This record gives sequence, C-alpha cells and structure tokens, in this order.
Amino acid sequence: MLPVFRLEVASSLPMRAQGVLAQLPTVGFTRPVQLEIVDLYFFESGDQPLTEEAVDALAQSLICDRVTERYTVRRDERKEAGGGVKAEEIMAVEVALRPGVTDNVAGELLRAARRLGLEADRLNAVATGQRYVFRGDIERDALQKIAHSLLVNHTIQRYALGEITPEFVHASPETTAAEAIPLNALDADGLLALSKARRLSLDLAEMSAIQGYFRSLGREPSDAELETLAQTWSEHCVHKTFKALIDLTDRRAAGQAVTTQVDSLINTYLRAATERIAAPWVRSAFVDNAGVIAFDEQFDLSFKVETHNHPSAIEPFGGANTGVGGVVRDVLGVSHRPIANTDVLCFGFPDQNLADLPAGVLHPARIRAGVIAGVEDYGNKLGLPTVNGAIYYHNGYTANPLVYCGTVGMGPRDRRPNTALPGDRVIVIGGRTGRDGLRGATFSSLTMDAQTGEVAGASVQIGDPITEKGVIEVVERARDQSLYHAITDCGAGGLSSAVGEMSEKTGVRVDLARVPLKYAGLAPWEIWLSEAQERMVLAVAPENVPALQHICDTYWVELSDIGEFTGDGQLHVVYGTNEIVRLSEEFLHGGRPRLRLKAEISAGARRGAGARRGGATGESQPQGDSALGPGAADLLLALLAHPNLASKAYAIRVYDHEVRGATVVKPLVGVQADGPGDAAVLKPLDVSGWQGFALANGINPYLGEADPYAMAVSVVDEAVRNAAAVGADPSRVAILDNFCWGDPRRPEILGSLAQACQGCYDAAVHYGAPFISGKDSLNNEYLGTDGKRHAIPGSLLISSIAIHPDVRRAVTMDLKAAGNWLYLVGEWQPALAGSHAVQLAPACFAGSPALDCSPQLPQLAPQIYRALHRAMQAGLVRAAHDLSEGGLAVAAAEMSLAGRLGLELDLSALHEDACLALFAETNGCLLVEVEPQHTAAFDQALRLESAPAPVAMRLGQVTEHPEFRLAFHGQTLVQLPLAALVAAFTHS
Amino acid sequence: MPPYPPRILILHAPGVNRDGDLARAFELAGGQPEIVPLSALRRGEADWRHYAMLALPGGFSYGDALGAGRLWALDLQTWFAEALNDYVQTGKPVIGICNGFQALVKAGVLSAGAGATLTFNASGHFECRWVTLTPAAENPSPWLTGLGAILCPVAHGEGRFLVTQQGTEGDPVLAPAASAQVALRYARPDGTPAEGAYPFNPNASLADIAGVTNARGNVLGMMPHPEDHIYFYQHPAWTRQQDAPGGLGLPLFVNGVHFASQV
Repeated sequence: MLPVFRLEVASSLPMRAQGVLAQLPTVGFTRPVQLEIVDLYFFESGDQPLTEEAVDALAQSLICDRVTERYTVRRDERKEAGGGVKAEEIMAVEVALRPGVTDNVAGELLRAARRLGLEADRLNAVATGQRYVFRGDIERDALQKIAHSLLVNHTIQRYALGEITPEFVHASPETTAAEAIPLNALDADGLLALSKARRLSLDLAEMSAIQGYFRSLGREPSDAELETLAQTWSEHCVHKTFKALIDLTDRRAAGQAVTTQVDSLINTYLRAATERIAAPWVRSAFVDNAGVIAFDEQFDLSFKVETHNHPSAIEPFGGANTGVGGVVRDVLGVSHRPIANTDVLCFGFPDQNLADLPAGVLHPARIRAGVIAGVEDYGNKLGLPTVNGAIYYHNGYTANPLVYCGTVGMGPRDRRPNTALPGDRVIVIGGRTGRDGLRGATFSSLTMDAQTGEVAGASVQIGDPITEKGVIEVVERARDQSLYHAITDCGAGGLSSAVGEMSEKTGVRVDLARVPLKYAGLAPWEIWLSEAQERMVLAVAPENVPALQHICDTYWVELSDIGEFTGDGQLHVVYGTNEIVRLSEEFLHGGRPRLRLKAEISAGARRGAGARRGGATGESQPQGDSALGPGAADLLLALLAHPNLASKAYAIRVYDHEVRGATVVKPLVGVQADGPGDAAVLKPLDVSGWQGFALANGINPYLGEADPYAMAVSVVDEAVRNAAAVGADPSRVAILDNFCWGDPRRPEILGSLAQACQGCYDAAVHYGAPFISGKDSLNNEYLGTDGKRHAIPGSLLISSIAIHPDVRRAVTMDLKAAGNWLYLVGEWQPALAGSHAVQLAPACFAGSPALDCSPQLPQLAPQIYRALHRAMQAGLVRAAHDLSEGGLAVAAAEMSLAGRLGLELDLSALHEDACLALFAETNGCLLVEVEPQHTAAFDQALRLESAPAPVAMRLGQVTEHPEFRLAFHGQTLVQLPLAALVAAFTHS
Repeated sequence: MPPYPPRILILHAPGVNRDGDLARAFELAGGQPEIVPLSALRRGEADWRHYAMLALPGGFSYGDALGAGRLWALDLQTWFAEALNDYVQTGKPVIGICNGFQALVKAGVLSAGAGATLTFNASGHFECRWVTLTPAAENPSPWLTGLGAILCPVAHGEGRFLVTQQGTEGDPVLAPAASAQVALRYARPDGTPAEGAYPFNPNASLADIAGVTNARGNVLGMMPHPEDHIYFYQHPAWTRQQDAPGGLGLPLFVNGVHFASQV
C-alpha cells in the first residue's frame, strides 16, 4: 500500500486545552488532569508514493506557525481494527470527521498543496483531526466517557483511544439509473409503511394521491420522483399546517363546545392582517423568499428569519452555521445584498443535570456553545454584522433547542427578477454537491427521537461561508448587469425544490450528469435531493451565460449549466441518457390533497382577548414592607442575574457587530458598553442623508404556556415598542412571524397555535404593522426512550424592521445625566402570568389578583408610541427603555447600570401592592429620561386627547450618587449600590 | 488635499470583507480607492503599477484555514510577489488591517525584526469590542505623523502579536529592533498603557502591540479597525455626548493619502 503520512502540530499556547478542561465538570469529571491538544493532518498518496520531504515542506510553509507551534511528520501505520494500541497511548483520544463530512480546512490545504506543485498523482487526499493527550489521574473508562460526551459529536465525528486510522472518501461504484419503487399495488398499510421506511413524512391521503397519479400514468414512480414529491409536499416547503382547513373546537364557554372552521391560518390571520393594513410601503409580502419594504426612493430593504432547530439539536455548530447560510441565501433570492444578521436562540438551562437528560440528547451547555460558535463562524466570515437577537432558557428547550437566524438585505428599488423564461439556461452557482444534507426538508418535519442523530446523520450540513461570500459578490453584480430572469436558493430539498419551484410555470429539463460533485458515486436521486450548501439556481438567457461566467471567475465561484427551462409543463430530469424524473408541474405543485386538521381549545385555557382587561385593579391596602420588605432588593438582583435577563455579552462579543460600518446603535450600549440595548439602529454606508432603520424582536415563551393569545399580542407589542424605544418611526414597522410549535396533529397543540395566530392578527392590525414574511417550524418534539414526549412551549418570535427617519436622533437606554427626570410612559397594566418574578419568588405574589392576568394589548399604545416618537425627533428624550421581563424595577436598574448613574424613584402612584409596582410585567410601557429644561415640552408632547389619564408620569430623578433607590409610600424598598446591579447583571 | 487623489489598490481575496469599509475611509480621506480582486489582477484587467498605495483589508481570507492570513500570504508570495516587492522596496505606502495585517506577517513582510506571528487571542475566542490605541512616538513612519489616540473596534480571533522567544526561559521579549517598529499600542481609555490587562489589550499581545511597521516605515499593519470609526455616530457612546466624541480613525487614512501623493 502506498504511504499515508501523519503530521502532528502542537501549540505552545494553552487556550484550547483550557477550554476543554473547563468543561470537564459538565460531564462529571472533577479530578485534576493536564491536557495537550495536537492538530492532526493526514496525507494520502496518489498513484505515486508521497514523500516525507514533501509533507515536511507543506508543514513548514503552510501549516505550522513558526512562533507558537512545533510539528512532527511520520508515515502512518495502519493498525488492525480495535487493537494495536500501544500502552503509553491509552490516555490519548484522537478524533476525526466521518468520511464525507465537509472539511473546509482539508479542502483549502489540498488546494494550496496543488499550488505548491503537489499534484493528484502524488497527493490524493487530505484529512484532519485532533489528538487529546491527558496526563494525570485518569483511567480508560473516564477517558472514554469524556471522549463520548464532550470531545466528539457522533453525528459528524468518530474517535479512537490511541491513534485513529484516517479515512478518506473514495468514489463508490457509479449508479446512474433511477430505481423504480413498487407503489401502485400497495394498500393503505403498505403506503404508510413505505412513507415511514423512506422517511417521506407523507400521510395516507398524500400517498394515495401519488399512487393515483402513477396508476393513471401506468407506471411505478422512480426513487427520485417519490423523493421529489416528498420534499415538495413537505411541511418545511409548503407549510401544509398553516394552509390546512381546520375544525377548531373551543370549549372555554361554560358547558358548551363551539366549533368553527378556519380556512388556512396564514390566510385568515397573517396575510389578512397585511391586506387590511394595506401599507403602501410594503413591496413584497409572503410571496418571495424574503419580505421586502421600501427604504427610500433608491433602495428597498428585505428581511427574513428562518429556523434551523432539528439540525442544531444533533450538530449544534453545523446546524446553526448552515442556518445562517440558508437565511442569507433567502435574501439573495430577492436579489438583495445581505447587510446584517440577527439571531434568537432558545436553550435548556446550561446548569441542567447531566443525569436527567433524555437519552440521545446533547447537554444544553454543549448545544449553546456549538450554536453560538456556528452563528459566529458563518456571520463573521461573511462579513455581516450580527446586531440584534435574544437568548432564552426554558426546560422545554432541553431536547429541542430553537435557532432563529435572520438576515436583512438591501437592494435597488423594485429590482427582483423572479420569472424564468422558456429557453433560459438552468445555471447553478456556488458549492459542489455531495451526500451532505439529504432529506432535510422531510427531516425537519419529523418528531425526533434517540435514533434521530444516527439516522439523520446524513442530514447534517457543514457550512462553507467563504464560498457563499463569493456567491454574494456574484449575485449583486449579475443583478446590476441584468444577467438573469429568476433566482432562488438551494435550501431544503436541494435542486429538486429550487428547480421545481422556478419551473412551476414553464417546465424544465435537467441533466444531473452536469452537476459538479464533491466526490463521485452519488446516485442520481442523491444529486437531485442533496442539500449541499452555498448553491443558488439562476435562470439565464443563453447569451448572458458568458458574462455571468466571467463574474463567477472573478470571485472564485463555480458555475455549471445543467439544463433548460422548456415551456412544456414537465419536470424532466435525466442522468445522461437515463430517465430519472418525469412529473407534470401541475401535479407536483397542485396535486397535493389539502390537509384537514382538528384543533381544540380546552375549557381550562385562558380567555385570551377576554381576560380581565386593564390588569389587576388593586382594592387592597398598600402592601409594602410586609409582603416584600428587604426581599425586594434580593429579588431585583436575582432577576438581573437570571439567565434570561442577565447580560448576553458572552454571545454578543463573539459576533462582529461593527463590520460594514453601519451600526449606529449597537447591541450593547452605555458608558462601559454593557447595557442591554432595545434595538439595533443601522445606517448603511451607501445611504446618503440620515435615514436608517432599526431591528428588534419580541419573544416570550413563558407567557405562551399560560396564554398563547396574550403571548402573541405581547411579542408583537414588544417588537414594535423596542423599535420605538430607539427612535424608529412606530408607523413604519414591518414584522415577521416565526412559529416554533409542537406536533400540529395533536388538537390541543394546534388549538394553541390558532390562538396565537389570532393574537398576531389583532396586534398587527392594532399597530398597523404588517407581516411581510414568516416561517413555521412544527413538530418540535422529542420522543424519549421511555416513551415520554418532550415538547417545546409554543414559541412565537416576532422580528421587526422599522424606518428610522434620522439616526442622529437615535436614543439609547443608558441614563445620561444626573438631575434628569425619569418618566413612565404608557398604560401600565400589571400582570403576572408567565412573569419571571413569580417564578423566582412565588410567595411575594401569593393571592394577588394579577396572577391570573396576562399582559394585554394596550389600547392607546399606537398613539403613545407616535407621540413619544415626535418627542424623540424634537430632541426631548435622552434615554428610553422598554418594560419587559422583571417589570419596572428591572428596566430602571438596567438603565441605571448602563449609564453608571444612580436613580431615585418613588413608585407609590403606581399601585397599592409593592410587589406589583416593582415586578409585574406589562405591555405598552417605557421608562423615558428627560432633561429638566425639556419636561414641560415633553409633558405637552405626551398629552393625548383620547387618553382618560396622563400617559406620562414622573417617577423620580437620575442622581450622581451611585445608588439605586426605589421608594414606596414613605418606605425605601430597594437601596442598592450601583456596583451590585452591575455585578448581578454581568455575573462579574 | 492633493490635487489628484492618489489611486489606492484595495486588494480583494476570497473571504475578504472589510474592503468596502476601508474604501469609504480612504475616499473620505481624499484618496481614490478601487477594490480589485486578485483574479482580475492576474488576468491583467488591472495593473498594480498604476496605484500609489496597496491596502489589504480585513476579513477571513480562505476562511482562515491553516491560520489567519496564511493562504492569502501564499497568494502574495506566489502570484503577487513582484508587485508586493515593488511596493515594499520602493517605499510606496502599504497598509494591512486585521486579516490584511495577518497576511503581511505570515508573508514575512512585517516581522518586527524577528520571527513574528499573530495567533489566537488569549481569551480563546473571537472578540468584538472597542479599544483605545496610542501611536508609538518613537516610530517616524509617515503613517503616524501627528497622530493622536484612536478609538476603534477590534473584531478578531487571532490578533495576539507574538515574536520568537528570545532567551531560553519565560515570556518572549521584544528585541530592540522590534521595539522601533511598534506603531500602535493598546491603551486604557485614559491613554495610559494597557500593560496586558484585558480587555484594554483584548488579545494579550506582547507589549500591547496593536500595529507595527517595517523598518523603513512605509508598511503598516494593525489588528484594530480605524476604518470603522470615520463618522461620529459609529462610536459606541455617541448618544451620551452632546459634542461629537473624538478619537476618530480618519487621521490615519489622511496620513496615508498624503504619504501616497508624495511618493
């Protein structure tokens, strides 16, 4: 056998090892050990033997850092499987990627080696790995456990104690024909069994429709045809739940069930809200890959938020990584240049006990670390600032983390070609196709279980952001030169979805033999379905192909011409001369039987809109010291330190939020840049003048558990209010919905989803904030080996994008100067349902009528936000911050710590119950800082004709003295040094 | 401002991403920047000899595979050696920021008189935060003429400047020749030296080094991003101040344009 060489590179710097050592306690290992991490590179000879000198030269010139690293090269000795480990090696673990998993470092290394003259006849392949050498009090079993649960993700990696044997991907025997799947003779059970066996996620009605189609053709389907239909008809691609006909049974009215029919959630609630609002500045809602609004005469803005939950659960880094890559391509799909990213992440608590984890589930701390690193890696490498987001913890996310990735794009006004013409070439640009990411669309529509990681291993994709960066450059230039008629991204379903979607009105003929592959040996259906990342499909007139090729060459992007849009209404796929798919576009896109579902709202569910309005009206005597007393300060500190409220700097600082130079209000604000900003404000460098835009979000799963309707109205309010808090125009807010829910075939789950949709409609119309795009991720459930279902709380993320008329008037939440007044602005309606204070200190709130209250849609809020906006534009406001988790006390404390200034407030006028005054949650309210010389003007600006009572109330003043004081009916409830607030919030 | 704005070649390689930010900074400073992909230069669609300055922007060239800047350095050494040599040897201004700096170091253009490298931050992770930089008074490079403190962000994971260990034990120390080439140092907000303290020195660079020049002074490399502080509203605390905050990164680019127009 020709030699394989092994290069070991060791660093003199300890950081990586320290990072691993710090995580050992999370897998139950607490003894002191030392660790050295060594990078491994394996080089496989071509037809001619590779020499040690050649590998040594590569190590010296390309791989090893002369200052910090040293290396050794030697011939790798093949060992018998399972044996041959030398005794002294037992305390070493070696980890390598499974063959076929994208290895960007190996790819770049191979390319560089070619440039240095090592051709394929000498160097055939490169693989990478890591060696972990432990020293100290550790034995084989412990090492195995550490490797198993900390060092290796089995979905993409393998490991060995001692030395690992490298594996290289080699071409498997070529299959170029499709396989016929016997379908036409199957009965109902047979159809369902086939759907399950191939993981098609199709139900009986759908399978029967497919059977009917092929019976009428008088032939059996090919594997590729069946997979194409499964992908195209998947929940992920067509949102069949949101388009279903739903029988909704409401049992809340005493003793009777009322059943109504909902003809599509999306049409009835989401699209309906947008149509009713009819904002003239909406350029595209719901129909394109991303929502589009007008920015100014010259530019439009687009915004899309996607989820990548299932992939992130089994491979957090790759899942989040490709989640970012996917949503960026959505924005390319509307021909916009991506300019900023957002990310909202939901995890189980990071201190979760390892022993209590359901089998097959990664520890939340590991998921968190991987997801944050995945977002960081892709966003930073694309040169996109990640400027807004949230991180939320809840036990329901332990087995089902949520990863919402958003991208904003900008492009010339109304320039989004999206109609392929007969005669256009089918052009694929970007990455090559491999076996990675097969069946992602159907995978994301399945409930996960302990086997999911194993079975769906092929669904995992690893991103290659540098290839996508090239694609971005190409698309922008191709658009400016009008080189294409339509464009879409290869997302879930790969070429089958992208080409299928683009050819819906024309028909198409594709030759899969022309698709460039990462390695040979893929079956035609695999090429057609592969979800290899970083590919876009364009419809290009033949005469424009050379110009596009030139741009692609300039930006190092591969282009391939794989077929033609035809005009015959057929989706026709061949591999050379072999027929692979021949389906009518009409059946593919119109043949899916409509889903009919049952939904139920149980008798115990909250009234939603009918819940007590106006919050808890306190009839009781003032309660101060007795109920809360000195505990108030402790509760405030505990809230500030709660993972959901505390600083997210650990994530924010690893994201580049400065690149592109547009970030006017950053995610962290204040004197030491550690205060939690309400929203990001951006002014792209290309924009002349002072107009910009704000990005914000609202999410509140705890409230959703108690009251899905109230959650929906609350998160819409929060997304609008956060944008208003930084000075964006509250009448120019567009919003996006992202529903992550459980299994919609369970009526009570679908019932709660319907309630949330109703809330979306009511709130969007109330604020005049149209939905421009949305996405749902259902089936976020995990079936434990004990048969127990682990479902997420229904989680609705509302993301907002709002025009900021003058970024010089942008407002941040940090207190600015002693002597300024602090106002409470808005209709304060205390509610405790889903509140964090009740979770932490239930005793303080025992018996409170507010326990049953959910935050409501504040009736005057649209007018109040507009009035506040005018005051901001007039320069009357120095700081503003929304009241959210933890209520008024937390909002005030955050402003104080961000500005490193004291605050002295009296909350007596708010409520008789001190606990509510401090910690109850409410919609529609902000704390606003105003200079003394502007108070009269501010009072005037906030005077509303329609309001029965003033909507702006002075609570106290900013002080130089670094102390945070809250008084209530003559008592001091909270008296804390500023340093204590900072320490709690930043965990320092 | 020079009557004919000097043409500035901003080199683009796969994964470079702060090219636009850098172009804007040079534009504002009176230069005439052009972003040119390496591939276009190789095809002869642009000629490096027509430019008065070479600028290597930040980003993640080739995904930072094999170490930040390493593969871009390979481009410079194999495809672009003559051009780079021409700039460096004839004294024309060259600037590399962040990934561009990493590439210049890995290509051996900036070595601080010894073996130098930019390696992983001591924190073990990428870091995006604002820093204060003070110019080294003893360095006569035209890039630094009259320069005051600069406030600007860092955004990198491999920005720790280290040199080959001098002596046998303990931390590496800087040779006198290297000291003379220090251009910018991390400082505390009041301008006093960071002395290695995190987060003022965000990556534990040796001797607080944020940027160096070559011995001649025409080549400047630095990790932080002055090109992302060319407008008052980019400063993280601008909403706190009634007057625009100082410390803009622009003077550095003005120096560069001035330098380019004189060579």
